[in-house]
Amino acid sequence: MTAVTQEAGAPFGAAPPSGDSEAASEAIVTRGLTKRFRGGQVAVDALDLAVPRGSVFGFLGPNGSGKTTTIRMLLGLVAPTAGEYSVLGLPPAHALPRVGALVEGPAFYPYLSGAANLMRFDAADPTAQRATAKRRIGEALERVGLSAAAGKRYRNYSLGMRQRLAIAAALLGPRELLILDEPTNGLDPQGTREVRALVREIAADGTTVFVSSHLLGEVEQMCTHAAIMRTGKLVAQGTIASLSSGRVARVKVETPDAADAARVLGTLGLADVRAGDGEVTAELGGHAPEEINAALVGQGVAVRGLAVERPSLEDVFVGLTGEGFDVDG
Amino acid sequence: MSTADTDIGAGAPLPSPAESRRTPGLVPVAETMRTAERHAPEIIASPEPPPARGTWAFWRLLGSELGLTFRRPRNLELLAVLGAVPILIGVGLKLAAGSADDPEMGGILQDVAGNSLMLTFMSFSFLVLLLMPVAISVVAGDSIAGEAGTGTLRYLLAAPAGRTRLLGVKYLNAVVFAYAATVVVALSALLTGLILFPGGSVTLLSGTTVSMADGLLRILITVGYVGAGMAALAAVALALSTFTEVAIGAIAGTMVLVIVCQVVRAIPDLAPILPYLLPTRFTDFDAVLRSPIDTASLRDGLLTFGAYIALFGSIAWARFSGKDITS
Repeated sequence: MTAVTQEAGAPFGAAPPSGDSEAASEAIVTRGLTKRFRGGQVAVDALDLAVPRGSVFGFLGPNGSGKTTTIRMLLGLVAPTAGEYSVLGLPPAHALPRVGALVEGPAFYPYLSGAANLMRFDAADPTAQRATAKRRIGEALERVGLSAAAGKRYRNYSLGMRQRLAIAAALLGPRELLILDEPTNGLDPQGTREVRALVREIAADGTTVFVSSHLLGEVEQMCTHAAIMRTGKLVAQGTIASLSSGRVARVKVETPDAADAARVLGTLGLADVRAGDGEVTAELGGHAPEEINAALVGQGVAVRGLAVERPSLEDVFVGLTGEGFDVDG
Repeated sequence: MSTADTDIGAGAPLPSPAESRRTPGLVPVAETMRTAERHAPEIIASPEPPPARGTWAFWRLLGSELGLTFRRPRNLELLAVLGAVPILIGVGLKLAAGSADDPEMGGILQDVAGNSLMLTFMSFSFLVLLLMPVAISVVAGDSIAGEAGTGTLRYLLAAPAGRTRLLGVKYLNAVVFAYAATVVVALSALLTGLILFPGGSVTLLSGTTVSMADGLLRILITVGYVGAGMAALAAVALALSTFTEVAIGAIAGTMVLVIVCQVVRAIPDLAPILPYLLPTRFTDFDAVLRSPIDTASLRDGLLTFGAYIALFGSIAWARFSGKDITS
């Protein structure tokens, strides 16, 4: 058992932030998961990930930060160098029949039709019943809106259709966990909306969805939880709300009387009041914006505009991974 | 040793590798995919063990694999070419026998033109040198590398097809194709021979004459032997296929090996290693043309094929079961 070596000296006490290490309540748990490729490059470095069951979990990170290598390890495609991990409380090889996956874009047999391709991958799943295959394939194609193109050769599919077929392949059986690597790649805005709706619908059935993406807006709209990777290391994970909590909402007042406005905000008890040229900002705290406005106007401050700025996931992200991140991709 | 309190809350030490206790749900790397597959799945405590449909699942995947292989236009074209060669040889010999009464052509020409069954042996002795190995290398060399190249391998393994199961299915599929190719050649040669040349008793290389039924039996033995030889070549191609993501690399690699063997056969100084080379054994099917059949030669050939299958099958498995799939 010498394979279980503690690389990078990460203490095991550094448990997932949820604090709950009971495997049954987590769809994915990794501890000190490390992958060093043969060239010596460390793709994933002592990853401690905890994906709660039933969550829609956004897995974020710049290109090359180790997201796909992590997903490949979770699917048993790549063997970790060190660390422990479980999927649905089982070793990945045993959990896989209950996991649907889309990894690094679609890959199918170009000379087969969409339905025949799905039949091929269904045959590879030892738990799938041959008798129900036709029905399940029909349902999966229906779900991604490909029924009309079921008999068409994959070769003639557009990029968006290929992506949909890959999602259909992930939905062939009853799944407890769906791992989707960049699911909206190549989809038009309409397709992107449909995928988001589909993910919500799947999550509503109780399926855990693990979505890797570099599209922050997408993650913010779909996910309940997120983790952020940077150069193979996990830099943050938790609920979307807790990730954003490091940066609080601020109120911004546009006014020609900046000094007076700053004084009023100070007397109201707002923290971190910053007066600038023609505007004043402060942490909103528990105050209601309309109350602040009334106070300002009551004190004779000319208010030209008043806005509450909530921190977006993107702000959090850029703060953690640096400006070099290619947000759009 | 107590395994009851394996709680690993914050600060709890990592169970040392020497201890057998295990955190529920967490699996050390040493027991992931690779080792889990080598053990029977039952030993891993699982709340819902996967249904025991192993055998059915294997045949279903093999059926899917065969469907892909025998519907793929490229493979059908390969079989068609193999089937066409005996017809070409037959027609050529018929024309040669009809036009030129060249006494030098005598031997082989008379043998073949004199009996419908001899064309089958003639076709095999020509095709096993290069054309049949090409067809078998294409299918077996493409088997893993081709899937890796298109990226479908990652989805098959995530399905999860299981590495050992997938490799077994891929190899059986290549063996079925090897026998299909052999049967196509035999049937095509037999039909062509029956149409173009007179039937009746067969004169063997040793000069003995045997009945038509005996001749057909000898063709059947040839099909079994040549098919086994091609299955051995398929094991070599499969092993090479696990080392690359470029199908043509595995195919070309196998062909290079076959051609190198043919070159080695032409060098007298290297004669001692000849019995260990596959292509030398391919042509040994002519043992069926002796009287009585040279069973020792056939047996040695089959043992060689078995050794190649065991060796290269092991290499393929060792490589594939531990390979990182990054395509």
